[in-house]
Amino acid sequence: MTFVRFAVRRAAEMAVTLLAASFVVFGAMYLAPGSPASFLLTGRSASPEALAAINSQYHLDDPFAVRYFAWLGNVLQGDFGRSITYRTDVSRLLADRLPTTLLLITMALFVVVLVGLLLGRVAAVRGGRTDSAVLLATTFAVGTPAFVAAVLLQGLFAVRLGWFPSGGAGDGLVDMVWHLTLPAVALALYLIGMLARVTRSAMLDALGSEHVTVARSRGVPERQVIRRHVFRNSLGTVLTTGGLVVSTLLVCTILVETAFSVGGIGQLLELSTSTKDFPTVQAISLIVVALFMAVNLVVDLLLPLVDPRLTLGSRGSAG
Amino acid sequence: MTAVFTRRPGLRGIRAGGSPLHLVCLGLVALIVTAALLAPWLVPHDPNAVDLGGALAGPSPDHPLGVDAAGRDTLSRLLLGARTSLLGPLGVVVFSTLAGVAVGTAAAWRGGWLDSVLSRSTELVFAFPGLLLAILIIAVYGEGLLAPVVALAVAYLPYVSRLTRSLVLAERARPYVSAYQVQGHSGLQICLRHVLPNIAPVVLAQATVNFGYALMDLAGLSFLGLGVPALTPDWGRMVFDGQTAIQHGYPLSAVLPCVLIVAFNVVGERWADRVARRTP
Repeated sequence: MTFVRFAVRRAAEMAVTLLAASFVVFGAMYLAPGSPASFLLTGRSASPEALAAINSQYHLDDPFAVRYFAWLGNVLQGDFGRSITYRTDVSRLLADRLPTTLLLITMALFVVVLVGLLLGRVAAVRGGRTDSAVLLATTFAVGTPAFVAAVLLQGLFAVRLGWFPSGGAGDGLVDMVWHLTLPAVALALYLIGMLARVTRSAMLDALGSEHVTVARSRGVPERQVIRRHVFRNSLGTVLTTGGLVVSTLLVCTILVETAFSVGGIGQLLELSTSTKDFPTVQAISLIVVALFMAVNLVVDLLLPLVDPRLTLGSRGSAG
Repeated sequence: MTAVFTRRPGLRGIRAGGSPLHLVCLGLVALIVTAALLAPWLVPHDPNAVDLGGALAGPSPDHPLGVDAAGRDTLSRLLLGARTSLLGPLGVVVFSTLAGVAVGTAAAWRGGWLDSVLSRSTELVFAFPGLLLAILIIAVYGEGLLAPVVALAVAYLPYVSRLTRSLVLAERARPYVSAYQVQGHSGLQICLRHVLPNIAPVVLAQATVNFGYALMDLAGLSFLGLGVPALTPDWGRMVFDGQTAIQHGYPLSAVLPCVLIVAFNVVGERWADRVARRTP
């Protein structure tokens, strides 16, 4: 039952860190220079009565701890408060935009895993010129920020060649996939490079180990050696990057969605930051942090299942 | 060695020497840094001089790299933009390295409650991706040059402090430290004069890696319109402004800053790799 105990302990740790993170997210807004009421009024002057009405409507007169726990309680029930800019519930804003972002991230993740693993595997197995070519390509991939990739892809495939739309999210699943193809590739590029490198070095490590030599000397077909003894062994290391991959996707989607005006959560975060729409910024930040930590938890729990040699709680070699 | 050189994974284990690509990038970077230093004397035009009549034009003798959608000279904006685009990441790296080394050394040397408090806070910062933390802080303190730099420095601090902590722990166990302690040297003196010089190469390699990430993150923030103020020339901002020019078929004002950003990252990474390989 050590697995259950380990899972419970990790989940509890995560809950504590998440609580601290929520405190940071809420407290940061509290520290903002100027009173929150002045942001709500966005520069307009107001009578003392109107100011008092705003203060009581948003509970701005209550002490910090009271407001924090009230906010936390609401968040736990899925109520993130009202957006200052859009004058609607933040949860509704998020619900409208979440499907687009999730589709975009899923598509990008699919491309990353497929292409990244394939490139890394080919580079490690073939070696020589293929290896150098992959290394060169990944050098550029990891040196290209998502927004640069987005703008370049947009310029080439949307404006110059006209193969894809240059912005928007489209309606209906097929249209959405068509609209989100370029953004997904732009989002995936950096991570493809990273994953290909992790896969390559993990497979090279495995290729040099003794059990591979033994398997070969016993006459196991090379394809089978690669598939069962090299590729499978390297998956544990690849899996440790899971949390990083998902957090990078979540963060870079802000840039890509803005470049392509996709209208998802990322673009909403950009817009609400520049308009100082605190409730929306708080909600999205908290969701991103929570997702990042949840993925890390899942990775930690999956690792011993993928690679039985690892004891619970120890991570692979990738630092 | 128990210390782990922390980078986003996968950037390790690259064994390509002085390839032609690297040399080209290195030359380009040397050129840009020189140009950035001499920018005020080199720029042919006011980077903010708007000329709507001559907007969206290709290269001409007057504007060797063309103009953007508002008719501003691309070459002048690139040269002056190099200053903001490179000084920002430099600030992030200097601040995060100094503070990270101080925090990491204190945690490792003192141990006890200080260590656990510092390690816990490090974990908390790790939960926030750098760009998100920066956006959060910008949402509070408003746009500008300082807020994003400070925010990213805080976000990168744990990478340095965790590395420093493990390095100092390894150094502390070595006999020369006890020898100095027996001779009556103070902990501060041993750290500053003996431990820090010994761990400097690895920390510097980490700092170089961070420079590349800071460059990408800061350019991304400027691209979102959350970084530098609107009129300051900056590469990320240029890419954003250049999107209009791309739509009209004059991609130069957006593509050139893209090329420079990529070149800087490629070189920075190779260089960090070289520094990292020289360390034991």
